[in-house]
Amino acid sequence: MAIEFNNKVESYVNGLPEFQKTYFKEIPSWLSDIKNEAIKSFSKLGFPTPLDEDWRFTNLAPISRNSFQIASNGISEVNKESIDKFSIPSLDCHKLIFVNGRYVSDLSDIKSDADGIVIKSLKEALNSDKDLVEKHLGKYAEYKNDAFISLNTAYFEDGVFVYVPKSKIAEKPVYVLNISTNEEAQSLVNPRNLVIVEDNAEVKVVEHYVSTAQNVYLSNVVTEFVLGENANAEHYMLELESKKAFNISTLRIQQKRSSNIKSHSILLGGAIVRNNVHPVLNGEGCNSDIFGLYLPKDRQHMDNFMRVEHASPHCDSRQFYNGILDDKARGVFHGRIVVHEGAMLTDAKQTNRNLLLSDTAQIDTKPQLEIYNYDVKCTHGATIGQMDDEAIFYLKSRGIPNKEARRIMLQSFTNETLESMSLEPVRESMENLILEWFEESFANK
Amino acid sequence: MLEIRNLHVKVEDKEILKGLNLTVNKGEIHSIMGPNGSGKSTLSQVLAGKDAYEVTDGEVIFNGKDLLELDPEDRACEGIFLAFQYPVEIPGVANTYLLREALNAKRKYNDLKPLKHVEFGKLAREKMKDLEIDESFLKRSVNEGFSGGEKKRNEIFQMQILEPSLAILDETDSGLDIDALQVVAKGVNSMKSPDRSFLIITHYQRLLNYIVPDYVHVIYDGQIVKSGGKELAFELEEKGYGWIEEEKAAKV
Ligand SMILES: Nc1ncnc2c1ncn2[C@@H]1O[C@H](COP(=O)(O)OP(=O)(O)O)[C@@H](O)[C@H]1O
Ligand SMILES: [Mg+2]
Repeated sequence: MAIEFNNKVESYVNGLPEFQKTYFKEIPSWLSDIKNEAIKSFSKLGFPTPLDEDWRFTNLAPISRNSFQIASNGISEVNKESIDKFSIPSLDCHKLIFVNGRYVSDLSDIKSDADGIVIKSLKEALNSDKDLVEKHLGKYAEYKNDAFISLNTAYFEDGVFVYVPKSKIAEKPVYVLNISTNEEAQSLVNPRNLVIVEDNAEVKVVEHYVSTAQNVYLSNVVTEFVLGENANAEHYMLELESKKAFNISTLRIQQKRSSNIKSHSILLGGAIVRNNVHPVLNGEGCNSDIFGLYLPKDRQHMDNFMRVEHASPHCDSRQFYNGILDDKARGVFHGRIVVHEGAMLTDAKQTNRNLLLSDTAQIDTKPQLEIYNYDVKCTHGATIGQMDDEAIFYLKSRGIPNKEARRIMLQSFTNETLESMSLEPVRESMENLILEWFEESFANK
Repeated sequence: MLEIRNLHVKVEDKEILKGLNLTVNKGEIHSIMGPNGSGKSTLSQVLAGKDAYEVTDGEVIFNGKDLLELDPEDRACEGIFLAFQYPVEIPGVANTYLLREALNAKRKYNDLKPLKHVEFGKLAREKMKDLEIDESFLKRSVNEGFSGGEKKRNEIFQMQILEPSLAILDETDSGLDIDALQVVAKGVNSMKSPDRSFLIITHYQRLLNYIVPDYVHVIYDGQIVKSGGKELAFELEEKGYGWIEEEKAAKV
């Protein structure tokens, strides 16, 4: 029997025992304990409401009032060809395919890489790499105060597990394609990823979310990224869900001394999207570069919630988030920088630029600095504007056609984020999608 | 080549050009001088096709075509080029990109094949040398963080690449020191040709020491109130614009 949830929080509590029985044959007791704790938190917290300061601009009633159920395996809808259609062309990578949140080994392609590097499904790793998983899972993404993290922790089945041991370098990027299929009932999927990069090690991870149909479902993702000293990592979040789907995702990055992370989020799909990025710079000399691009149109709602925590001295963080909004879309940028006691000589910079292509699009941008220290440099700047008519006229006066001029202007805006991507094929593929977005937008005007 | 007849232009309900007439033949250099606010930039922007300006009467014929009917980009492709008084900054768009797109748009309009990257690079470097522009220029964003002089030189650089048949220079000389002025003048003079006309709008006579016009016109309160040869420019320099005002007042 399907495990179902309705608009009552209890339904999520009541479903858990059945869920564990059905999807985990032998669940380790430590994990079962965490899941039970997590659902307790969730039952206490419930889904956030706009009364909650951190959710002021995003109304979750369409989620909290909805009914969902744990998805079927959906495998009949997916084959080699559909995978190729969704995948990033010419990206030489380890490819892991998840359908409705479950790993499909037949469609995946994990290549051999440097010795000792582990790339597999988290569910497998629960057995094979038990100690590592137990040591890290749930240690960074705090479920006690966050409804969606607690829901994910209680109900996750699978996700990607990456382990790069000391001084090893993963040559190929880890590409994780998450496909939601066209279920009869609205489904709830809770992908859970754990990436451990030890001292001096390196890896690039691409999370890609797509759907086979334009249907309603809730994708609630949690990714924990653990960086050892001097580790280098790059993360990509490509959110191309169905235009009717809800996507809540949390990227929680834990950094040790002198480690570097570059994270890129591209938000294109989804009806309601919440993109949480939360690095903790916990060691001297860390770098955190967070780039994002959100392009809502129609009635899409995209909320970016940044929380950059400086916990040690001499760390640098950069946030570059740009949005282009059309039609009746709404965007939110919430950029919080927390500088803890003792984090001297922090250098934190945040920029959020927005372009509104219609009179009915709306953006709320809210920088927030919490500084418990002295001798820090924090800058933030937000801009909201329309397409610059003077610039368009300038381009046209040089012979460039109207449409082309508009495209050039929008591209100049998106380049800031895209240029920072080191994986060319990903960048190219996103550029193309964004060009299509522009074309569609111009065609309707 | 260019014939402006009885041009009336309004912006935000205020009439700025009030029946302006001007004829420019192939290969001629015309200079338009006039005090601040007389309508010089309005004229140049209207010719380039800026839609904030409303033409309420009159016509403009360019090479036999009704110019006012054309979109700005088509005017450019037909051979009009405006060097802006205040060139626009476009962050994130490289100079080289703008130029290549512009040149190839024009070539496409004229049924020519696009120029290859290498060919374009060669062409650009050649012109840059003459204008004493640094190589790094190509990669920089259009006019972003440029000094006043750099912006004006960039306009001339674009003009050289796009090879218009009618170039309109809106106060390209203003704000330039004498060295920069000479570079700009050299850039313009090197483009003189029997097939190319210039409309050089200036506030000061100084530029005309370097670019010698065939005709000088004085614009005042939205009309051409006086026309003559290059000696008119010297007269203006000596007597100032007050003289024109008095003369006009006397007529009324
Ligand atoms: N976009 C505009 N909106 C309102 N007034 C304008 C605009 N452009 C020009 N004007 C007015 O038109 C008159 C002529 O301006 P302009 O053509 O720029 O003169 P010039 O270039 O000769 O100094 C001025 O009084 C100016 O204030
Ligand atoms: Mg002017």
